[in-house]
Amino acid sequence: MGTSGTIQNGSAAIRAEQLCRHYRMGDAVIRAVDGLNLQVRAGEFVALLGSSGSGKSSVLNLIAGLDRPTSGSVVVHDRDLAKLSREELAGYRLRTVGMVFQSFNLIASMTLAENVELPMRFAEVERGKRDSLAREALARVGLQERMNHRPSELSGGEQQRAALARALINRPQLLLADEPTGNLDSRTGTEIMNMVREFNQQLGMTVVMVTHERALAERYAQRLIFLADGKLVGDEANSVAASAVRVEPSEAVRP
Amino acid sequence: MKLPDLTELAVRNLRESLLRNSLTTVGISVGVASLVAMLSLGIGLQQLASRRLMKSGLFDTVVVTSRRDLRNFGHEEERGGPAPGESRILDESTRQEIEHLPNVLEAYPDIRFITELRYEDKPHLTMISALPESAKSNDAFEQMQGHFFSSDMAAEVVIQKAFAEELLGKTPKSGLDETDVASLAPPLLGKELVMRYAQREASPASSSGAAKGAAKDTSVASGDENLASVAYSVVSREHKLKIVGVADLDPESMRGPTRARVFLPLKLAESLHVMQPTDLREISRAATDQPAYSSISVRVKNPSQIRSIEDAIKKMGFNTFSILDATRSLQQFFAVLDLFLGIFGSLALAVASIGIVNTLVMAILERRREIGIMKAIGASDGDVKKLFFAEAGAMGILGGVVGVALGWAIGQAINLGTNIYLKRQALPPEHFWAVPWWLVGAAIVFAFVVSLLSGLYPAGRAARLDPVQALRYE
Repeated sequence: MGTSGTIQNGSAAIRAEQLCRHYRMGDAVIRAVDGLNLQVRAGEFVALLGSSGSGKSSVLNLIAGLDRPTSGSVVVHDRDLAKLSREELAGYRLRTVGMVFQSFNLIASMTLAENVELPMRFAEVERGKRDSLAREALARVGLQERMNHRPSELSGGEQQRAALARALINRPQLLLADEPTGNLDSRTGTEIMNMVREFNQQLGMTVVMVTHERALAERYAQRLIFLADGKLVGDEANSVAASAVRVEPSEAVRP
Repeated sequence: MKLPDLTELAVRNLRESLLRNSLTTVGISVGVASLVAMLSLGIGLQQLASRRLMKSGLFDTVVVTSRRDLRNFGHEEERGGPAPGESRILDESTRQEIEHLPNVLEAYPDIRFITELRYEDKPHLTMISALPESAKSNDAFEQMQGHFFSSDMAAEVVIQKAFAEELLGKTPKSGLDETDVASLAPPLLGKELVMRYAQREASPASSSGAAKGAAKDTSVASGDENLASVAYSVVSREHKLKIVGVADLDPESMRGPTRARVFLPLKLAESLHVMQPTDLREISRAATDQPAYSSISVRVKNPSQIRSIEDAIKKMGFNTFSILDATRSLQQFFAVLDLFLGIFGSLALAVASIGIVNTLVMAILERRREIGIMKAIGASDGDVKKLFFAEAGAMGILGGVVGVALGWAIGQAINLGTNIYLKRQALPPEHFWAVPWWLVGAAIVFAFVVSLLSGLYPAGRAARLDPVQALRYE
């Protein structure tokens, strides 16, 4: 993935066409995503909104390459994810996508430093470089003092900050966040969201965030996309945040 | 993922559920230990048997007999070559010929006869056998009281312990407290024995009518009617012999199939021309001055060369016999024994491998979420698979190493216990347990391979796990 140098803001980072993801449950077919058309420009901060069961997490999993569409296509930076092999898809998740989850999803048996450097192990980065990069990333989210602690010894906010550091460690172009503040109080939630916005603005990362909190979305996202029953029901620019946020072409900087 | 990283992660994961993984590893250890114990018992017993036979000096010896002597060993095998009647006589020239074969140390005639020995005017009947000078180095004479023959022609004898007891009028006691050679030797060493024997003397043909007739009546083997009339006479002789040594040797372990109790120097025995039982059947050779032998013992440099030398001698037209012929079936027996012991040992390892499968499948269920996380942050199917393989392999190697140590310890313990028992029974200690290095290596590799095979299914299953499902799993 040599494209992490310059990201042209404005060009399509994500393009979904007639995207469908159907699950079979006994005799019933659940249409989690049902003919979705969507474009996200590079560098954009998009919020996917909807009630639970609206398919917003399914859309995020499809963009993340964790799941494959039943039909239609998701093209991320000119690569059709449906056509990638399992191996290539793993490489895509490793280098192009960074993910944060509601439940943080740090590995409990590992220290923060080990959690953060884990993606680099899969990327076969050599040990010395791994150590310094992990330290740097943890310093960036203000956890350098805690790097040898295990997740269970940390607060939720700290865990989510570590998860953010891990998501950014392989310098992805896409940051996908699934309810990142869902398990946090509002103060730490704000802290995390400020960091996400910082990455979006300073590193030029494209951010897609799934949330059901409209207020949160309005505060940070530039664009709000509403889903219901796997279909797009609304797509509007966020006037509140847009005024507060300068969007300009920026050089991708290493986290 | 690179191997050092894999190993590190695998070991870390194993440490996480320490108890379960330890128990699984102990299972492998027990399997490997039983395998090692079984096989080393088999190998040890085999080595013990070989060592025993080796000590007897039989392993490096080929016994050569003439085909004329129909009373051969292993006559079933001797096919081809000249017919018995036409085959060569085993005489001094053939002895030299055999001695000059490559890898032959020496070839000497086997001379043994039963005769009467008088000690302090009491007659004792016993088997006497001749020993070459080289027998001095035989293990059997290591603990001898007195000394070996001063020369190959010396009028000296070495007697066996049981015969010494007989001479002293002691009844040999069996079993528990055997008499020590050291206490038997002093009253006998330097004493004189008088040997009475029948000497065969070639007679001039003219004066041998009666003897010839008698010989012909009993002649069965030669059947050679073309011979000019030959004859020999049998003369009774006496020979004085000095006892120079008393040996604590087991008559059954001595060179050659006969249980001799008194030993003479070889050259001396040859010069006596003692009447041999075969002389009756072999008039042609009995009547010549050229010494002919009923059998020749050939000593070989190395037991591994026995075969080729046997073949060479067979080509010369003689029958051969070596203890290797007899031990071949013994080797086969041990091969089968090892196989069975190995199968029983492997059975425990097979059970242990099911333990690995179980542990790893449990680990998948337990670490489902973790696998999902790893996949979400970019682990490929291969990475996950390799990780589970590494865990299985690590348990295998660890189990193998511990198992070999355990097997070795069990072996030592059994060895020790048995030797204590043997000691109580007043029997010499034996080392019947052997763990050769190749077995150590093979057992560890075997444990590793079995573990990897056991990891095949769990690793595949973990790799195929759907990350979305796995992440949803709490």
